[in-house]
Amino acid sequence: MEILLQQIINGLTTGSVYAVVALGYTMVYGVIQLINFAHGEVVMIGAMVAFSVITSLAGSGLPPLVIVLAGVIAAIPSCMVLGYLLERAAYRPLRHAPRLAPLITAIGMSIILQHLALLAWGRNPLAFPQIIDNRVFAIGGAAISSVQITIILLSLTMMAGLSWFVFRTRFGIAIRATAENVHVAGLMGVNADRVIAATFVIGAGLGAVAGVMYGSYYGIAHYTMGFTLGLKAFSAAVLGGIGNVAGAMLGGILLGLVEALGTGYIGEFTDLCGWPAANAWLGEQCADGGNFVLFGSNYQDVFAFLMLIMVLVFRPSGLLGERVSERA
Amino acid sequence: MNMLKGMGPRERLGLLMIAAALIALPFMLASVGTAWVRITNFAVLFVLLSLGLNIVVGFAGLLDLGYVAFYAVGAYVYALLASPHFGLHLPFWAILPIGAAVACLAGVILGAPTLRLRGDYLAIVTLGFGEIVRIFMNNLSAPVNLTNGPKGITRIDSFQIGPLNFAASDTVAGLVFSGPIKYYYFLLLVLLVVIVINRRLQDSRIGRAWVAIREDEVAAKAVGINTRNIKLLAFAMGASFGGIAGGMFAALQTFVSPESFVLNESIMILAMVVLGGMGNIWGVIAGAVLLSFMPELLRYTVEPVQLALFGKLLVDPEVLRMLVFGLALVLTMRFRPAGLWPETRHRREMTEGRT
Amino acid sequence: MSEVLLEARGIAKRFGGVQALKDVSLTIRSGEIYGLIGPNGAGKTTLFNVFTGLYPRDGGAVLFGGAALDLDSPHAVAAAGIARTFQNIRLFGNMTALENVMVGRHVRTRAGVFGAILRTAAERAEEGAIRRRADELLHYVGIADRADDLARHLSYGDQRRLEIARALATDPKLLALDEPAAGMNATETTALRGLIEGLRRDGLTVLLIEHDVKLVMGLCDRVAVLDYGEKIAEDVPPAVRANPKVIEAYLGKSTA
Repeated sequence: MEILLQQIINGLTTGSVYAVVALGYTMVYGVIQLINFAHGEVVMIGAMVAFSVITSLAGSGLPPLVIVLAGVIAAIPSCMVLGYLLERAAYRPLRHAPRLAPLITAIGMSIILQHLALLAWGRNPLAFPQIIDNRVFAIGGAAISSVQITIILLSLTMMAGLSWFVFRTRFGIAIRATAENVHVAGLMGVNADRVIAATFVIGAGLGAVAGVMYGSYYGIAHYTMGFTLGLKAFSAAVLGGIGNVAGAMLGGILLGLVEALGTGYIGEFTDLCGWPAANAWLGEQCADGGNFVLFGSNYQDVFAFLMLIMVLVFRPSGLLGERVSERA
Repeated sequence: MNMLKGMGPRERLGLLMIAAALIALPFMLASVGTAWVRITNFAVLFVLLSLGLNIVVGFAGLLDLGYVAFYAVGAYVYALLASPHFGLHLPFWAILPIGAAVACLAGVILGAPTLRLRGDYLAIVTLGFGEIVRIFMNNLSAPVNLTNGPKGITRIDSFQIGPLNFAASDTVAGLVFSGPIKYYYFLLLVLLVVIVINRRLQDSRIGRAWVAIREDEVAAKAVGINTRNIKLLAFAMGASFGGIAGGMFAALQTFVSPESFVLNESIMILAMVVLGGMGNIWGVIAGAVLLSFMPELLRYTVEPVQLALFGKLLVDPEVLRMLVFGLALVLTMRFRPAGLWPETRHRREMTEGRT
Repeated sequence: MSEVLLEARGIAKRFGGVQALKDVSLTIRSGEIYGLIGPNGAGKTTLFNVFTGLYPRDGGAVLFGGAALDLDSPHAVAAAGIARTFQNIRLFGNMTALENVMVGRHVRTRAGVFGAILRTAAERAEEGAIRRRADELLHYVGIADRADDLARHLSYGDQRRLEIARALATDPKLLALDEPAAGMNATETTALRGLIEGLRRDGLTVLLIEHDVKLVMGLCDRVAVLDYGEKIAEDVPPAVRANPKVIEAYLGKSTA
């Protein structure tokens, strides 16, 4: 039972990060139907920038909170600028090109950003300096750390903030209108270019914070972290219903939980020694508490990919997405 | 064959000269260093892979970002059937078709549920599949050691045709046929066959159906094309070529590990197809040759320049190569979305001779 | 009385809250030119799309040549013998006119991957036959001189003809034309009419959606009228023209 609770806590933590990153994917897809492949890399760069700032301030004697904040404050505008540049230079010129073109461009940008980061920060992972007093609280037999609590609360705050922005402000309405029907929105006076650029920038900003959270949770930041994180977050966005803000949040949390619980239990589940029929056949392999685990926790990443494929094949509109109307 | 008939004497001479150059190439390269022959061999493998992906992306218009999975399948099938790992040592002419068949099956399994998805979703799903295959290769070392995990499988058998072993050197008529040189000729032969197959496919009922689907899938259905099956065919064919290339890769390198089949490889192959000219066989070959030799070109130009200017290597050629790939994708899409040598369907003098 | 080629029974189709087609039944006889008219939004193209398998229906069935028609897949419909053209012309733009028509032969030919790769005698013979038939059809519709031009470079009128040639390549029993005269001037419309009459002479059955009422009345053997998703008339043109329900649908309720 404690294991279950622990996995749930862990899942909520990573899930919150996925949710925030997923928001970036879903907003962009909502307005221009493009999978921004490079978003994961933007998040990664946010983490790297923050880590660099934090590491350089680590010995300065400033309070840890200020140092981390400084890192975040450095990361956010960096990512926002990057997001803007991406939109302006790479995607906007291809707005009316056939579908394949912006997609391939996105892949190219992802490669470019990844390797620029490699050049800037090197092959070795950056470590998060030990400046935070990461206290652990016991809760129902499991443990939750202050970092985890921060991540969950911060993510919830950002999600709430974005929801408020999208549903309660004029610009938010403009975004939703553009996502719905870009022509009519234009006729109503909405500047589509600005809205689209804004979705990139906002998504990037949120992604920067998510990157820092992710990096501080695992203790390291690396130029390859964007790829896996990005793919998982995208899976989450699709799970919840691509283009749907609430869906991205739901999908993120759900993916985090499924991944944590799955990884935690799959070893037990696929341990053939635990299956009476197979146990008999395996004989001595299972004697004295031996194991014959088919799929262990090292298959963690597979969960997100498999889930993505399942969702796209069986329910492409996602959990909260609308059924696409047939009248094409 | 009809291709040759349609040519004038000037063109035939040109073709003869190219053929002569290709035949003499390995010996010229060997005089500079055997490493160059090996580099050329890998370039030919990339050309093969590009031609395979060209069927999927270029002919049928399906964006597959996980193509390297089929390469991996072919390579591992070869490795498992011709190495000390399981103690099996089947001859290469038996394994290559098996590898192609297994890869083909993988293509069908992946394609059947997913080919009806829209372009960008299909791209992501195939990407996921490629990653899943790699993760499995990386982890299937326990509980039963199938793939030997990250350590990979080593001491893979080289090709053997009768007394001719591709790992050793033989001297014939004063010329030294080293291992790599033997592989070169074999690869060239395979390449020739693959090119002929591709051209024939392109100019056939199936080839036209692929283009029709690419142009307007709804109209294609209305005209009676079973789009699902035809797309699956493209996928399966592309996968088969990938599988064959994989098998040859395993023999050539005598060692396979999951590291060779990362996403970057899929993207490189895609870049070759995109840059060259999607659908255009010769464009794709040119693109593949260009991008395959890029790292070596970079090594020989960029390294000395950097050393001279900065005194040290600021930018690793490997990194530069990937940056070039990324830029190739972005710039091609921006300025020449049809590729450097686009497919020109209305200018096909070569095929006018068909009856 | 010629036999019934296509019989639709109780076709229904809804889009969300809108009932686009409500219990539509009609019969098309072999060898006739059958017109489908109605005000905008009446459901004509929707019915077309249901007949040709593009939209899944919510009710009803279609019998074609006496057998139930598999309406779930467009290519099965084409294989059964119904070929269609599109309201806004869907050609394969980057293929030549000849190639477009050759693609139309796909459903009646068999060469597969192995035939193509090995260039068997059978495959080569089939390719030759495909090419010859495509040539014939281009001549038939009158654009043989444009055979090697890219479809997207053809003039509007020629593109319409090409689409018809491609549809004919599938050897259909029923040719379904969706507003073939749209955007045509009087001369082109007359030429089109001649083409369609020629098709009937050659034994084909034609289903036609049109807004050009004059064309329809002059060309069609029988006409069905749809209004708000329901069939309100199905008869010979003079009877339909005089039908008060039809007049009302087009002109509104008379206040007289």
